[in-house]
Amino acid sequence: MTAPGSDSSAARPVPRLEVKGVTKRFPGVLANDHVDFAVAPGEVHALLGENGAGKSTLVKMIYGVLHPDEGTLAWNGAVMQIADPHAARALGIGMVFQHFSLFEAMTVLENIALGMDKPGDMALLSERVRDVSEAYGLPLDPDRDVYTLSVGERQRIEIVRCLLQNPKLLIMDEPTSVLTPQEVERLFETLRKLAAEGVSILYISHKLEEIKQLCDRATILRGGRVVAECDPAQETAKSMAQMMIGTELKTVERRAEGVAGEARLVVEGLTLASEEIHGVDLKNVSFAVRAGEIFGIAGVAGNGQNELLLGLSGERLADHESVLRIDGAPAGRSNAGARRKLGLCAVPEERNGHGAVPGMTLVENAVLSGHHRMGLLSSLFIRAAAAARFAQQIVTAFDVRTPGVTASAGSLSGGNLQKFIVGREILQKPKVLVVSQPTWGVDAGAAAAIHQALADLAAEGVAVVVVSQDLDELLAITDRLAVINVGVLSSAMLTREASVEEIGLLMGGVHGVSTDAAVVHPEAAHVA
Amino acid sequence: MSHNPGAAGNRLVVYSVFNPASWKIEPRREIPQGLLYATPLLAVVLTVVAGFFIFLSMGYNPFLALYHFFVSPLLTLYGLSELLVKAGPLIMIGVGLAVGFRANVWNIGAEGQLTLGAITGGVIALAFWNEETWWTLPLMCLCAVGGGAAYAAIPAFLRTRFNVNEILTSLMLTYVATLFLSTLVYGPLKDPMGFNFPQSRMFGDAALLPILLEGTRLHLGGVVALMIAVAVWVLMTFTIVGFQVRVLGQAPAAARYAGFSGRRIVWFCLLLSGGLAGLAGTFEVAGPIGQLVPVISPGYGFTAIIVAFLGRLHPLGIILSGLVMALSYIGGENAQVQVGLPQAVTGVFQGLLLFFLLASDFLVRYRVRRNPAALRHAPQAQPAE
Amino acid sequence: MPIDAVALVLLTVIGSATPLLFAALGELVVEKSGVLNLGVEGMMILGAVAAFGVAVTTGSGTLGVLAGAAAGMAMAFIFGVLTLTLAANQVATGLALTIFGLGLSALLGVGFIGIPVEPLPKLMLPGVSDLPLIGPLLFGHDALIYLSIFAVAAVAWFLKKSRAGMILRAVGESDISAHSIGYDVIAVRYRAVLFGGAMAGLGGAFLSLVYTPLWNEGMTAGRGWIALALVVFASWRPWRLLAGAYLFGGVTILQLYMQGAGGFDIPAQVMSMLPYLATILVLTIIAAGPWKGRLDAPACLGKPFRPST
Repeated sequence: MTAPGSDSSAARPVPRLEVKGVTKRFPGVLANDHVDFAVAPGEVHALLGENGAGKSTLVKMIYGVLHPDEGTLAWNGAVMQIADPHAARALGIGMVFQHFSLFEAMTVLENIALGMDKPGDMALLSERVRDVSEAYGLPLDPDRDVYTLSVGERQRIEIVRCLLQNPKLLIMDEPTSVLTPQEVERLFETLRKLAAEGVSILYISHKLEEIKQLCDRATILRGGRVVAECDPAQETAKSMAQMMIGTELKTVERRAEGVAGEARLVVEGLTLASEEIHGVDLKNVSFAVRAGEIFGIAGVAGNGQNELLLGLSGERLADHESVLRIDGAPAGRSNAGARRKLGLCAVPEERNGHGAVPGMTLVENAVLSGHHRMGLLSSLFIRAAAAARFAQQIVTAFDVRTPGVTASAGSLSGGNLQKFIVGREILQKPKVLVVSQPTWGVDAGAAAAIHQALADLAAEGVAVVVVSQDLDELLAITDRLAVINVGVLSSAMLTREASVEEIGLLMGGVHGVSTDAAVVHPEAAHVA
Repeated sequence: MSHNPGAAGNRLVVYSVFNPASWKIEPRREIPQGLLYATPLLAVVLTVVAGFFIFLSMGYNPFLALYHFFVSPLLTLYGLSELLVKAGPLIMIGVGLAVGFRANVWNIGAEGQLTLGAITGGVIALAFWNEETWWTLPLMCLCAVGGGAAYAAIPAFLRTRFNVNEILTSLMLTYVATLFLSTLVYGPLKDPMGFNFPQSRMFGDAALLPILLEGTRLHLGGVVALMIAVAVWVLMTFTIVGFQVRVLGQAPAAARYAGFSGRRIVWFCLLLSGGLAGLAGTFEVAGPIGQLVPVISPGYGFTAIIVAFLGRLHPLGIILSGLVMALSYIGGENAQVQVGLPQAVTGVFQGLLLFFLLASDFLVRYRVRRNPAALRHAPQAQPAE
Repeated sequence: MPIDAVALVLLTVIGSATPLLFAALGELVVEKSGVLNLGVEGMMILGAVAAFGVAVTTGSGTLGVLAGAAAGMAMAFIFGVLTLTLAANQVATGLALTIFGLGLSALLGVGFIGIPVEPLPKLMLPGVSDLPLIGPLLFGHDALIYLSIFAVAAVAWFLKKSRAGMILRAVGESDISAHSIGYDVIAVRYRAVLFGGAMAGLGGAFLSLVYTPLWNEGMTAGRGWIALALVVFASWRPWRLLAGAYLFGGVTILQLYMQGAGGFDIPAQVMSMLPYLATILVLTIIAAGPWKGRLDAPACLGKPFRPST
């Protein structure tokens, strides 16, 4: 490990890409602060950092989507200004985005052609797509519409799109966050093959084990600055985590097991057609959560989690009242307000515009979901003073950093807004709490605080449901968990008895019970 | 293309003010309230400036034309009373529309709902034509609200039941309403003693709004409009109903998350704005007009859309913007009489005003700053293959 | 009915459909790029008055048509500056455009009311044009009618087959994705909006130079709005739009004939409601039918976009 800014790269050959002193500001945020690093030809180089450390901003500047406020980028030794992604591709830079840059209603072939500057004849391109996808083990049908494809297949489109242009540098932004463990293995094989052919790979991730497995070097970002550079093979996951986070990780204090009481939330046969044109339908989902228990729902993004959350919170109604029971009371046909009265509170995945209204003050956002349980109404009128007190209580109890309760929710950072929303629901003293992605984009300290709050809540006898794509998070805080895949929920297992491999297979669609899932996902066959 | 850094630096310095790259546009994290309410004034000023050049290009003395458009109507008692006569319906309709716009419910068929309100109110006036009873006028108002609301219920039903866009349906219904009124005054409601003119009988006294100021047409409607604006302000600011409307407009997903019924809010907005437009319609026929005629509004239902935006969708702001837009009507009439300006200038001014307002919104939502990156002397090497 | 009478009816149907077709085809391209311009009525009527004014003053119908397209484009440019450059609300801006267009056209048209205009030259082929039914149906029309049908084919080809059309669809499908792979979303949308304006202007020009041919205040009478509804009806497909426009032309002509024929004890005004009621009906059927949810509405329709750099 070497200190940032040291001269270690000078000894190596001319780097393919060299980033020097790059700085980027957004309103209220210094996203990158004088960042330096270099990637050699054929090197797999990791950019490691927490959510919000500035990794995505940095690679968007390399790809020409954003422009640095200060600093330079050098390509094969020559300083460049990369005006836009066309210029980046002309240089030989390809990028696979974390949130794919795909067009749902268009075909695979059209999507690939759109990502190339000179796609040439479409029939010829179609041939080349088949060739390349076969050569690198990335099977794709060029004529399929994108919305019919699984997330893994969609990622292949992006990769093939890059490979067709013979890139010299391939940027992968959090590529594995949407893949099953088995799909990750196959992706790594492809990447190793490319690196062996001399392609440089810039690999962005916050997953330490992956980086140890795959990468030759790693640059570690924290708060927009380079804090260290290292050889991942020489480090342990723990040592890299400490560099990434900067402090010792706190572990969640768990209460003793076996206190789980009677069932607080019972779901029996919840079936919901997705509202979105290309969404995933929920199929016959059943589970029960007892008082004092934390129940986890794992799964790759886009497998019906959104629909499940809406179905639990009451934003979507079930077909029958009896499908969902809160503390014994049937509530399948009750809306979110009615379920909240019965004691079920929810935290949605999306904060801005779903869990909170960005243009409204924190006081108004406290009224949003707390108006009934906190008694903030007197007939039709809002009790302004009581609402302000409730908002202040949330801010104080959950350490929300804000100039005051009259600041707008949109002016808060993502992590602070998350603390506010989680706090708002917890302080309503629910009987059942449903939380989606509780620590998404939250710094490590706040994440630990939220985990602790959930554990405390369970200890008080609340039934807690946590939906998360972060398997490590679920393994750390839940008592039992189940896996959701193409809208089907697996049977629940005890977390302490669950193996990562078993969960991975379930995430990939290999169910003991469900066969239709395997048909929908062709890659399930490979996994099996 | 590459040039030496010095030259690039000079170029940037010389042209930096005009070069888009030297400015940085960022969305604001907090909307500055002062600017939010100051920009409508800016839009009015810009419209007057634009009017100056329009008059100039049309060959009128711009100072004289502007004087007769914007100033001289305000100098007589009659002019002021007419201002209130015209502002009344604009405020009443604008306040209702603004509630809908806040919830992203785009009722642009207020003109049609106004027409229906005039018809339903007018039918009552004609049905009890020779009966001098105290309850004629209240009943007319009730039926007008009902008629306007019922007409707005059609787009409400189609949107909540079948998800049909209310913009197009409410507008199409406006054309239908105008034709319906025309059918009536050419047919069943035609004055039997009216020499075959397409108009109804003059309403009886019991069906006419009391005049507030002798010698003018100033009637009770203006006062009612002010009271409605205040009532809607209370509703929007202090009650859970207004809160629900605002949440639905800003974040529909959050509204559903909070358990607010989107359908009920859509119904509420359309019934409220339709009912108020209907009331304004009956006030027109029971006030300045005094009978049913084929055309009862000089486009109040459409102008009220501008009134709502100019008033920042705020009921109290709409009182002010209603007065400003009423002036554009009276000024147009006055300038036609005094300097022979075509009446159509009014429509141009109204459109321009809304353009300037929408443009000035940019300043409210975005911050424009000097871009530090453009001041650096970075070599402009174009990437080569 | 004799063949000539059939041909005559069909011709009037084509005549009343063509302004709708122009305006709706332009709006279809605009909406495919993800922009909702509700100002079609305003662009159309300004096109009508500009075309009429220029044709009367210069004596050239061709110059009139060009002026109509240019006027529609100028209006569209205002819309573009407000919604694309300044990211203003598209619904409000479209309404403003309509109000402004109605006012400005009335102002500009004051001197043109009641003045006749020379009709546009018609396409005649000796011999063929005299054939029964086919002759009058296929030939002898104003060039604008041929242009409108050619435009449908051109737009259909452009959207489906050309790379620029593919990029336009991509921009309407996901502005963020298009931006992140390097397309200038705003520039693509500007071009689409300007095209839409020119087409609405052409529709207006056809109305004042061919269909009536007269200038009258407010003469578009809601056709711009019906054109908007037609785009939905056609579920954003050009050939379906052609069918829809002719269907609406048929409804308009039907009510005119029924008014003229007498024998029906229905007031003329009630018959005149037909096109507007048909629009509402069609919108409802489209929204409520079994095909709902499978429409090709562009995913980004009406959403403002401002790239961050």
